Amino acid sequence: MMFYLFAAVAVVASLLVIGQRNPIYSVLLLIASFGALSGLYVLLDAPFVAVIQIVVYAGAIMVLFLFVVMLLNAPHEDTEQDERVHPLIRRGAMRFGAVLAVALIVELWWALMKAGETGEFGNASVSSVAAIGQLLFTDYAFPFEVTSILILVALVGAVVLARRDPAGAAALRRR
Amino acid sequence: MSTLLVAQIVLTLFVFVMLLNSAAVMVYVERKVAAALQQRLGPYLVGPKGLLQPLADIVKLMFKEELRPRAADAFLFALAPIISATCAFAAFAVVPFGGETTLFGLLPEGLRLQVADVNVAILVVFAIASMSVYGIVLAGWSSNSKYALLGGLRSSAQMISYELSYGLALASVLVVAGSLSLTDIVNGQSGTWFGVLPRWFIFIQPLAFLIYLTAGIAETNRAPFDFPEAEQELVAGYHTEYSSMSFAMFFLAEYVNMVTVSAVATDLFLGGWHGPFLPESLGWIWFLVKVAAILFFYVWMRWTLPRYRYDQLMRFGWKVLLPLGVVNLLVTAAGVLYFAR
Repeated sequence: MMFYLFAAVAVVASLLVIGQRNPIYSVLLLIASFGALSGLYVLLDAPFVAVIQIVVYAGAIMVLFLFVVMLLNAPHEDTEQDERVHPLIRRGAMRFGAVLAVALIVELWWALMKAGETGEFGNASVSSVAAIGQLLFTDYAFPFEVTSILILVALVGAVVLARRDPAGAAALRRR
Repeated sequence: MSTLLVAQIVLTLFVFVMLLNSAAVMVYVERKVAAALQQRLGPYLVGPKGLLQPLADIVKLMFKEELRPRAADAFLFALAPIISATCAFAAFAVVPFGGETTLFGLLPEGLRLQVADVNVAILVVFAIASMSVYGIVLAGWSSNSKYALLGGLRSSAQMISYELSYGLALASVLVVAGSLSLTDIVNGQSGTWFGVLPRWFIFIQPLAFLIYLTAGIAETNRAPFDFPEAEQELVAGYHTEYSSMSFAMFFLAEYVNMVTVSAVATDLFLGGWHGPFLPESLGWIWFLVKVAAILFFYVWMRWTLPRYRYDQLMRFGWKVLLPLGVVNLLVTAAGVLYFAR
């Protein structure tokens, strides 16, 4: 019963995210969707993952999203400038997005087909914080470290891209 | 329905009402202490010694007109104070404030004085603290006013910056306690060292306690870190455009947040409901005394220290508090490894 409630909220909120004109509402609906996902984790008896979902995604990442949306001050997307052509026959980069969307749908379909087979998951390892930590720093140490370097690269990239202050530019030119 | 379930529901309602009351009491204490520090009398006309002043304030706020700027985003403008108040109350749900009690034998089994016993309680407190940013940010944005927007932006930057130090201070304690559950952490602090010194974590983690208190003041937007509502610069900050009860919700949220931060500090560092002279069943008295002491410290700070400059706040958060927190966590982890062997 609770599963259907959380699942419905997650699905409906996610669908509404892409239907909003105002990006602030999109951000908020995404937070609602994350909250529902966190509820699902609680139902799966994994409170640690549920709380981390809230802290990391709903708390930290979405605050940054909201911050950026507010600073860019882009209140409405204009529909009139959109081409009224089917995405697949548009020119240039737009077609790439359509291809990605098709790939996503195929993957989703594939995942749903396989869903019946993999119903098993380590039930002890998801509920205990100690077990998660143990796994993360032994079996999954390499992916964990690679992810952190990936995030560092993204951070450096963002700083370089956003750096437009005259003092910093002048310092670069002088070098 | 079993007696225990009824008792649990009554307890939940009781905590809710007491939190509401604590906000009213804190308003009175704040004004009286401020007056004492400034050699004034403070409220003294309404009721004996001005004790009914909070009630008068609430009635005044209730009968004020509810205003909304025409260009404001109506839905978010209404939602923001609700988020703030909800987060403030929700965080207290996982805070234990006393040992098991049978209410003088009325209940068949012991009832734990806590709304919900979650085994990742520390993280829940942290998660809800990070959600409460939204109330302030959305209030600032949806008001469509420059002062409110500036207040909201400042607040989100400040709360994100200080959340890191806050989290690191929490992490040092949970490394020492070896548990994420607040009940376990409090029970780890029972007894004494050498028969005199209580086994409170403040004595092993004094630095973490200081970091936690400082970051806690910043998280609850209190002076000297009250940038989101700096009166002299921003009129009133994020709640400039709010009036009547929606303003009261922000006000309430601020005081309830203070109470929650103090209660968590008591559980983490000051031994929760453990203390000398009183039996275990009356431990909640110790808990109240400790929370009241921290709250008094909060008020004292506010009326003693002037507000920092914004760049000072950021520099302090990132270049002093955060490195201190990291070093403290490393030293703690090394110490625990060394002594646990």
